[in-house]
Amino acid sequence: MTAAPSPDEGLTAERLAARYGLAVSGARPSLAEYVRQLWGRRHFILAFSQAKLTAQYSQAKLGQLWQVATPLLNAGVYYFIFGVILHASRGMSQDVYIPFLVTGVFVFTFTQSSVMSGVRAISGNLGLVRALHFPRASLPISFSLQQLQQLLFSMIVMFVVAIGFGSYPGPSWLLIVPVLVLQFLFNTGLALIVARMGAKTPDLAQLMPFILRTWMYASGVMFSISKMMEGRSELAVRLLQVNPAAVYMDLMRFALIDGYGASNLPPHVWAIALFWAVVVFAGGFVYFWKAEERYGRG
Amino acid sequence: MAEHTPQVEADRRPTVIADDLHIVYRVNGARTGKGSATSALSRILRRGEERGVRKVHAVRGVSFVAYRGEAIGLIGSNGSGKSTLLRAIAGLLPAERGKVYTDGQPSLLGVNAALMNDLTGERNIILGGLAMGMSREEVKERYQGIVDFSGINEKGDFITLPMRTYSSGMAARLRFSIAAAKDHDVLMIDEALATGDRKFQKRSEERIRELRKEAGTVFLVSHNNKSIRDTCNRVLWLERGELRMDGPTEEVLKEYEKFTGK
Repeated sequence: MTAAPSPDEGLTAERLAARYGLAVSGARPSLAEYVRQLWGRRHFILAFSQAKLTAQYSQAKLGQLWQVATPLLNAGVYYFIFGVILHASRGMSQDVYIPFLVTGVFVFTFTQSSVMSGVRAISGNLGLVRALHFPRASLPISFSLQQLQQLLFSMIVMFVVAIGFGSYPGPSWLLIVPVLVLQFLFNTGLALIVARMGAKTPDLAQLMPFILRTWMYASGVMFSISKMMEGRSELAVRLLQVNPAAVYMDLMRFALIDGYGASNLPPHVWAIALFWAVVVFAGGFVYFWKAEERYGRG
Repeated sequence: MAEHTPQVEADRRPTVIADDLHIVYRVNGARTGKGSATSALSRILRRGEERGVRKVHAVRGVSFVAYRGEAIGLIGSNGSGKSTLLRAIAGLLPAERGKVYTDGQPSLLGVNAALMNDLTGERNIILGGLAMGMSREEVKERYQGIVDFSGINEKGDFITLPMRTYSSGMAARLRFSIAAAKDHDVLMIDEALATGDRKFQKRSEERIRELRKEAGTVFLVSHNNKSIRDTCNRVLWLERGELRMDGPTEEVLKEYEKFTGK
């Protein structure tokens, strides 16, 4: 059937391919090559995340104003339930508790929505995966980047609330930058992990909200872990406090809120924050890359 | 049956080799016709290697060698595995068994999946270009060319409106213009010819001929025997995922037309 001319006659497909330097289509590149390809696609990754962000509210009359209004309303609802009805503040003054709550909600939402969009990053974009070539990690990374930009909008609200309750900008606000960088790395790693799992088992998208909600209540978004766990063993408190979501939230609060001092942070907090970011990002990246050639199978 | 005359003996460099290629789709939750929760549950509870997954064997053991300079048409009835085969050659669908070897990176003509209806035509051109792997500078350079080719702005400033406001013809034109803006090594076209009005069709056929000249090898999927005759010198006929015939255009098309009763 191949009707090859005499010199190539009788060669197996593999030999023929080797003779003319043909490579297996859709094979997984080496890790270094993969990183290089991904870097080559950085403009696409950024453009895709911005496009998703803009498309989100493009049908609404208020348009991009919702970028700020949505987190503000969210914070309002949580304040009403936990601050007014449940009195979760536990002795924190209003001036501390409200910025504490708002910061917690926004910072946790950043992780939460990165994971949620990560689960669907491959399974929800099969059309794209089956039509175009690009390193598949572009998708989960792009979705995390979209959430980072969303958080930057929420930060405007966060700053206004902090200032409104007497925490004025100071040198400690500069700490926000490293916290954001570390949390972004952590989120991206997590998104890469769940993206691979979600590509194989799309059902994970149904299960994920419950896991994330459990995680939220265990991370001290609406209450201070050390105050809530008063009288419990030291170990239990520490275990809750080294949970990455709690670490990034507490660091952000520490940077932003005057009345939230270092006594609320567990020891070696920056080392823990760095550890989670590096380990989860590197691990997630390699884990995702390992299945690169399999994404797109129905 | 595949005794087609090679064009230039000396220049017969293979660009695509498919070796006993099998492609299987897995469809979740389509085992039985019933979609109820209880039947889904019983599927899960039933022991088995793959619960609730139905396999669709779309391509079954296809082998061929394509050479530089060839334009290959893919024909066959609906659902015969033509588009699936193209995607597998492009490395977009993982093979179940067998292998595809290619020279360079084959690309599928089309960016539909990367575009977003809620964004303006302008931003979609940039997004689509980047998605196809162009650099930012390349996109900037070709931007005006794409707009002019699509003819979107002939009736006013439509390029700054969201794509959801376009008529289906306009959207199809823009999509084709973006997709055709890039040069390819091995180019694969999936019935892209039939878009837009008569004037635009002519313009796009011309552009495809240009692309063909630049590309090493072209694959064309079409149900239009005329456009296959016009562009291809070799035809692969697929039926139920199997390669039924492989040979020069006229020979295969004659058999195919006999088969379809035309």
